Amino acid sequence: MNYVSVIDLLEQAQQLVREISVQQLHRALSGENPPLLVDIRELDEWQQGTIAGAIFIPRGNLEFRIEDEAFDRDTPIALMCAGGVRSIFAAKSLQDMGYTDVVSVAGGFEGWKDAGFPIKVPQTLSAERRARYARHIIMPEVGEAGQLKLLNAKVLLIGAGGLGSPAAIYLAAAGVGTIGLVDFDVVDTSNLQRQIIHRLDAVGTPKVQSAAETIARLNPDVHVIGHQVQLTSQNALDIIQNYDIVLNGSDNFPTRYLVNDACVLLGKPLVDASIFRFDGNVTVYDTAHGSPCYRCRYPDPPPPGEVPSCAEGGVLGVLPGIIGSLQAVEAIKLIVGIGTPLVGRSLQYDALEAEFREFRVRKNPDCPVCGEHPTVTELIDYQEFCGIPHRGTVH
Amino acid sequence: MAIVRIPSPLRKYTGGQAKVTIPGATVAEVMTNLAAAHPGIAPRIQNDDGSIKRFINVFVNEDEIRALNGDATTVSDTDEISIIPAMAGGK
Repeated sequence: MNYVSVIDLLEQAQQLVREISVQQLHRALSGENPPLLVDIRELDEWQQGTIAGAIFIPRGNLEFRIEDEAFDRDTPIALMCAGGVRSIFAAKSLQDMGYTDVVSVAGGFEGWKDAGFPIKVPQTLSAERRARYARHIIMPEVGEAGQLKLLNAKVLLIGAGGLGSPAAIYLAAAGVGTIGLVDFDVVDTSNLQRQIIHRLDAVGTPKVQSAAETIARLNPDVHVIGHQVQLTSQNALDIIQNYDIVLNGSDNFPTRYLVNDACVLLGKPLVDASIFRFDGNVTVYDTAHGSPCYRCRYPDPPPPGEVPSCAEGGVLGVLPGIIGSLQAVEAIKLIVGIGTPLVGRSLQYDALEAEFREFRVRKNPDCPVCGEHPTVTELIDYQEFCGIPHRGTVH
Repeated sequence: MAIVRIPSPLRKYTGGQAKVTIPGATVAEVMTNLAAAHPGIAPRIQNDDGSIKRFINVFVNEDEIRALNGDATTVSDTDEISIIPAMAGGK
């Protein structure tokens, strides 16, 4: 038998692998073309502290996962372990995969710390959360970092009804850490045909309470904030400013204009959707990043009574399930920072024809709220704007 | 001539059809002919002067006609005109 000791193996690998010092790494990381720094230690080591910007791929998974981070074989890569030994073997292996610009950090993380360079203690998931969100974490587009973003995110749902029900359930299941619900209504028997967050035994109780109880049974990670109020021009900014993203599931035009204007004024992304009978549409307005807004698309509200509500015209119970779920997808994409958001596009679903179609939504340079010379610079009276006899509040 | 996509609430005026083929060289002509061919639809989508109601988005293929040439936008046989009324429903 040909006996090769680990020392022999290391010496062989060292002949083939370029090493850099922690000082060289420090300079390279702040340089023009910084290498992809991969921390290849084990989870428990990484949790104790790492270098800011390092991605974590334990040695055992390196060959399987490196392509998710760097498919281009000429990507500069620096591999770091605790002392600079494991990273030599790892670098040799990446070279065998065709990577041309791999270095091993001599001295490793301990050397980095001893040299007095800054370290960062990463936020990590508990074993319980790692298990719960395993199907997210395993996808490189989400990963542990994306799941942490979801857990740290705050999403506000306007309405805990048709659209709000599936959106809240999926966002809660996905581990969105804070979900705010604005709804002053109580659960009615006629809601149960579509509002799947509420159950028969909740009839008569406030929707925010019923929804919070369903979410608590599903995922105790989620902190639900119930706003059992009518959203008004007086309270909208105070409520919305505490959230990262707003999902619109309201059932009337005054609230739609109010939520739009408040989101524009606060620079919050708005995942907007509406449904009627067998039709639904969804789009994302993100004016802080140059997107059009609801008013660009609908400068004027319809005269009162011209457009029937779902209460008057009906709605297929499953329809909000489709559209509200699309809203949840768009919110998750925005939070994690993946894919192409549904900005400047409206997705239209026709359930009877079983068709999805997409239309362009353009920014109106003369838009009174997000245009070049806005005239709406604070919230207005939206009942009056929509031509509805004044009742003092919007709901 | 163009294909007009009828939103589901207005299909009662087209005998349940989701798509109707209507003659006309511009959006305005197609709309006038649509109104003539399917009585009852006009007051739902047009003002008394024949202009399209402001809360209704009319698209030729993927683009809203406000971004094109308004109701003077020309259409051909293969173009699809979609009528999409604003909807408020969410609950």
